[in-house]
Amino acid sequence: MSTHVVSSPRTTGQPGQRVLRYTLNERIHHWVGFLFYLYCLITGLAFWSPYMYWLAALVGGGPTARFWHPILGVCFAVSMFWMYKMWDRDMQITEADRRWKAAIKNYVENDDQNLPPEGRFNYGQKLFFWLMFYGIIFLLLSGIGLWFVEDIPWSLRWLRYLSVAVHVTAALATIGGFIIHVYMGTAMVRGGFTSIIRGEVTADWARTHHRLWYEEVTKRQPPPGEAGSRK
Amino acid sequence: MSQATLAIKKISGHPGPVPGAGVERDYQVAKLIDTTTCIGCKACEVACLEWNGYPFTETSFDNSYQTMPSTTWKYWNLIKFNEHEREDGTLQLLMRKDQCMHCADPGCLAACPADGAIVQYTNGIVDFQQQNCIGCGYCVSGCPFDIPKFNPETKKMFKCTLCADRVSVGLEPACIKSCPTGCLHFGSKEDMSFMAESRAKQLREHFGFEKAGVYDPPGVGGTGVIYVLHDVTNPEAYGGLPKDPHIPWVVRFWKGPAKWIGNLAMLFGVIGVTLHYFRFGPKEVHPPKNGDGGKP
Repeated sequence: MSTHVVSSPRTTGQPGQRVLRYTLNERIHHWVGFLFYLYCLITGLAFWSPYMYWLAALVGGGPTARFWHPILGVCFAVSMFWMYKMWDRDMQITEADRRWKAAIKNYVENDDQNLPPEGRFNYGQKLFFWLMFYGIIFLLLSGIGLWFVEDIPWSLRWLRYLSVAVHVTAALATIGGFIIHVYMGTAMVRGGFTSIIRGEVTADWARTHHRLWYEEVTKRQPPPGEAGSRK
Repeated sequence: MSQATLAIKKISGHPGPVPGAGVERDYQVAKLIDTTTCIGCKACEVACLEWNGYPFTETSFDNSYQTMPSTTWKYWNLIKFNEHEREDGTLQLLMRKDQCMHCADPGCLAACPADGAIVQYTNGIVDFQQQNCIGCGYCVSGCPFDIPKFNPETKKMFKCTLCADRVSVGLEPACIKSCPTGCLHFGSKEDMSFMAESRAKQLREHFGFEKAGVYDPPGVGGTGVIYVLHDVTNPEAYGGLPKDPHIPWVVRFWKGPAKWIGNLAMLFGVIGVTLHYFRFGPKEVHPPKNGDGGKP
């Protein structure tokens, strides 16, 4: 894709040089989505447990939190939709992902030298993307049910209860993904956090973590004997 | 100085025991609604509006004697009408005063996430505290009687208070005071239950209503509003009074085990990634080996 073009004079991708990983557009969308999600997370946790109700005070108190939570939730859904438009193609599960998945234990244990090469996003990143994508669909639909609960007729009250169950389940699932995502993006994968802010990674970073993508954007041919590892 | 409202324990210079010693107050209050003597005059609806200071609301006419389809945030008390066809083909005009039931086990209170927005007094009255309400509407999902209603202007929930303000100063609720037929009674739960059972017995033995009985559903721990019904086996006929009301199991699970499962899962998630960092640390970036064209 054109967004992956390595900006000059980095086209050689030599060691120590830098490669463009996220365009400005992608970075902005990521952080706009983050802000909406963070707001819904803080206020949602406040509504979730009396022991976390104090979180509502951080954003102006219970009634204010209740007023904005559904509105910014819809904003997050819109932002997720834009990320989908942006990343849908990159997030499709490929043959390389299946090989990588089979060796995921090596990834968890940081034995990265014994991992099949991955494309622009690895299988875990794709999993997180689709978790958030389907999560927000369920959150949006059930959230509408909770938002307009009185408009659900009494004869269809099972929809009221279903909304509660779905909203809670989907929220907890996204929180699980969110914890891992934040951990990996900040502490575990060094350089990842900088890349989603300034957009660039070092060539070594790209080669280590996303070799197929690195080779694609630097137009480097794989050395003889390694071609079989490419998709 | 006389303090007439305080109970006296000891009296100076008084021959014999203290008058009234050992008397205990029965705190639990209840409203008794005898549907068999309700004439549907709606005086209680008007009294409710007047006492609570709401203007009469615009209504819709749907070829029934019912004022409006359901209670609203500023119309807490509604006589529900139903032309019920009995098995022998005869019609029975059923009228039931619909309002908050003041459950002993209130679903609204169980579902509410806002600290102090719903309270249950020791006398059994369940009361919304609008200053603490955040208007989320969870109480709507928790209520087995579809009672709490949202005020879109103030974004707070409202419902019948059982005139907690009146009861707290020793008055009966406004609806009770207005009833011209004596179908509404107010007193201690024990007295009201006794009165209700006597009336049901009378209906069974002297009026031919063999299925007459008292509606005080155990699924919600009993209610602060009890009904005498001609046919207690079919409460649905009385404008949709649920046969076996209970807090929805989803709400129970949500506010019970799910909370702890969810909280522990989130906690273990955070602990898990921390331990992972302690054990494996950050990922290394591997510089290319000489001449291998990029293979780490």
